[in-house]
Amino acid sequence: FALDSKQALAGNIPSNFYELPKFGNVSVMHFTDCHAQLLPIYFREPNVNIGVGASVGKPPHLVGENLLKHYGFKPNTPESHAFTYLNFEQASKTYGKVGGFAHLASLVKNIRAQRPGALLLDGGDTWQGSATSLWTNGQDMVDACKLLGVNVMTGHWEFTFGADRVKHIVDNDFKGNLDFVAQNIKTNDFGDQVFKPYVMKHMNGVPVAIIGQAFPYTPIANPRYLVPDWSFGIQDDNMQKVVDEARSKGAQVVIVLSHNGMDVDLKMASRVTGIDAIMGGHTHDGIPAPSIIKNAKGQTLVTNAGSNGKFLGVLDFDVRGGKVQGYKYKLLPVFSNLIEPDKAMESLIKKVRAPYEAKLNEKLAITEDTLYRRGNFNGTFDQLILDAMMEVKGADLAFSPGFRWGTSLLAGDTITMERLMDQTAITYPTSTLNEMTGENVKAIMEDVCDNLFNPDPYYQQGGDMVRVGGLQYTCNPNQKIGSRISNMMLNGKPLSPTKTYLVAGWAPVGEVKGEPIWDVVATYLRDKKVIKPRKLNLPKLVGMDKNPGIA
Amino acid sequence: MADAMKIRATAQGDSADIKVLMNHVMETGLRKDAKTGQLIPAHFIQNVSASVNGKEVLDAQWGGAISKNPYLGFKVKGAKAGDKVVVNWEDNKGEKNTVEATVS
Amino acid sequence: VLAAEWNKDAFGAKSVSDALKSMGASAPVDSKDISIKAPDIAENGAVVPVEITSKIAGTTSIAIMAEKNANPLVANFNLSNGAEGYVSTRIKMGQTSLVRAVVKAGGKTYTAAKEVKVTIGGCGG
Ligand SMILES: [Mn+2]
Ligand SMILES: [Mn+2]
Repeated sequence: FALDSKQALAGNIPSNFYELPKFGNVSVMHFTDCHAQLLPIYFREPNVNIGVGASVGKPPHLVGENLLKHYGFKPNTPESHAFTYLNFEQASKTYGKVGGFAHLASLVKNIRAQRPGALLLDGGDTWQGSATSLWTNGQDMVDACKLLGVNVMTGHWEFTFGADRVKHIVDNDFKGNLDFVAQNIKTNDFGDQVFKPYVMKHMNGVPVAIIGQAFPYTPIANPRYLVPDWSFGIQDDNMQKVVDEARSKGAQVVIVLSHNGMDVDLKMASRVTGIDAIMGGHTHDGIPAPSIIKNAKGQTLVTNAGSNGKFLGVLDFDVRGGKVQGYKYKLLPVFSNLIEPDKAMESLIKKVRAPYEAKLNEKLAITEDTLYRRGNFNGTFDQLILDAMMEVKGADLAFSPGFRWGTSLLAGDTITMERLMDQTAITYPTSTLNEMTGENVKAIMEDVCDNLFNPDPYYQQGGDMVRVGGLQYTCNPNQKIGSRISNMMLNGKPLSPTKTYLVAGWAPVGEVKGEPIWDVVATYLRDKKVIKPRKLNLPKLVGMDKNPGIA
Repeated sequence: MADAMKIRATAQGDSADIKVLMNHVMETGLRKDAKTGQLIPAHFIQNVSASVNGKEVLDAQWGGAISKNPYLGFKVKGAKAGDKVVVNWEDNKGEKNTVEATVS
Repeated sequence: VLAAEWNKDAFGAKSVSDALKSMGASAPVDSKDISIKAPDIAENGAVVPVEITSKIAGTTSIAIMAEKNANPLVANFNLSNGAEGYVSTRIKMGQTSLVRAVVKAGGKTYTAAKEVKVTIGGCGG
């Protein structure tokens, strides 16, 4: 497993960058939130990821130089590029694209060669996020994950393909080689378990329990009608029961494969005992080292493995005398220029894409600026979507959901249909135009803002703030719901609570039919041909001057 | 005649765990019809009772804020496999329904 | 068995205190022996699962209230002949509010509450 030396030299990457000395006797690999990106892409980390209450300045609420300093990394290093937005354009050229399943597959094989029997966990948000996953109903990702050798997975966006589709895949495609686990999904009638809560695996003779925790707020953040008969929720009392049961059945290592989001994981780790590690996702935080959380009976490691196929987490445990004696963790960035792609995976991807290549490669426009999405309040690609909606739909203002998936483009890149679908490929893509009073507009913004900045993590849903086009506002994250949003101004005039406005949006959680958002944005892009740098509509922030979650 | 209720009664240790699903619109009387703007008349279960081997264990009064197609779970100490559980409801219009199960 | 007459005043009451008065349960005492299991955020305000467990010896009734509903009293369960201090049901909530349990035991009244958030939804990581 040799590095491409020319590339390594250009990026100052040490030749042993991917050498992970073997440690202990139980090893678990973890990727999460790849959002169906089979090929290498660019992905810019956020420069705004605010923590409030007890989370101020603690991982994952550190960005840019604050993150580097916390973990002891230097600027202009491969780690700086992997974990922060710093110098994004230049560094992207130096290190190349990130992720890609063929590259991930080589890395997984390399780790497995050193650690025979190592488990591979998939934290979910795997089947959604690309054109091909949407057009194949998730099948491309299902096949790719089987070829990758995933052992256990849990889910979130998977459920937006509908309960029947998920059940079909789990009962057929996955049967016998991949376990889908979720302790927190029950039927709405008598509260029966829908999936196995956990699975017991063995490595080097050590029993290892992997407990699933699906995204607790799936029927709220995504349409309820897609999973009408299932209930979710955090359910940490049931988590405790499952942990205790796994221990009583001999588990010497207990790992929770979680899609809670990192803040929820940190709180859960402080309340539920007997878990060695919570390996988490959903909030797309690339966290280089585990957070160690103490609780009533010991401690729990909490990790988060970023998004878009950019990282592979490797957790090694030294298990002796029936329990964990030590651990090592590394979150490896997948720099595609440095890794030889796996041939079998490469040909699967090629085959999957073949029928769609022409559609995927349609050139819609050229962008003159970096296009990205991540950040608490807005991203340039979201601004583009907002601008397109307002112009094409003739709206006074526009809302775009605070999704954390979606790839990035460099200045000068072509916006193809594939890159547009990276931002919009969902099973409920309807664009909407509604009449709303100023009071309704404020209520929506307050509601979403509370999902992000409620000081109690169990009230957070893990997305970002709804992106707002056309409307200026002030935001004070430290306030309570109802008082965070103020000074709402539209075209220089205060938003009237009683007046009615035309509001564009997309991704309604109710059943609404209409033009999909990608058609709206494609129309705009084909018309403009060249996308000039956008002015980001950002709120004026109050009380956040010294927050290390803002660069 | 109202739709059949669903019931499940299982022995757990020295108690029985009883779960019941009822079919009912549970109209509060406070909701307006979206089309006509008229108030939809109240229509909800007001009384629910349950017995084990003929002895009353639960007698409940409900308002309209119990969800549509109501769910009720309760536990009875001393009830064991083979015991007969009966659950009845009566709504504000005098409609009634009943279901029986044997603890298993 | 003919049930006791439906308590029209208690169910029609517009405030928690009026409902308590109509139930003959004024000034309940806070108790840590009552636990309320309900979601932090409701998946659907029209169907909020609520499970009340009272560890208070001799519990004879459990009432459930959604404090900000137009009529806060949701249900009152009388328990006898071995029924444990436990009920589980699903309730409607118009908005974010405290869900309150009111327990009668040994002629005294006890209470506990938990907040349930009702949200508009639609966001995602
Ligand atoms: Mn997610
Ligand atoms: Mn995700």
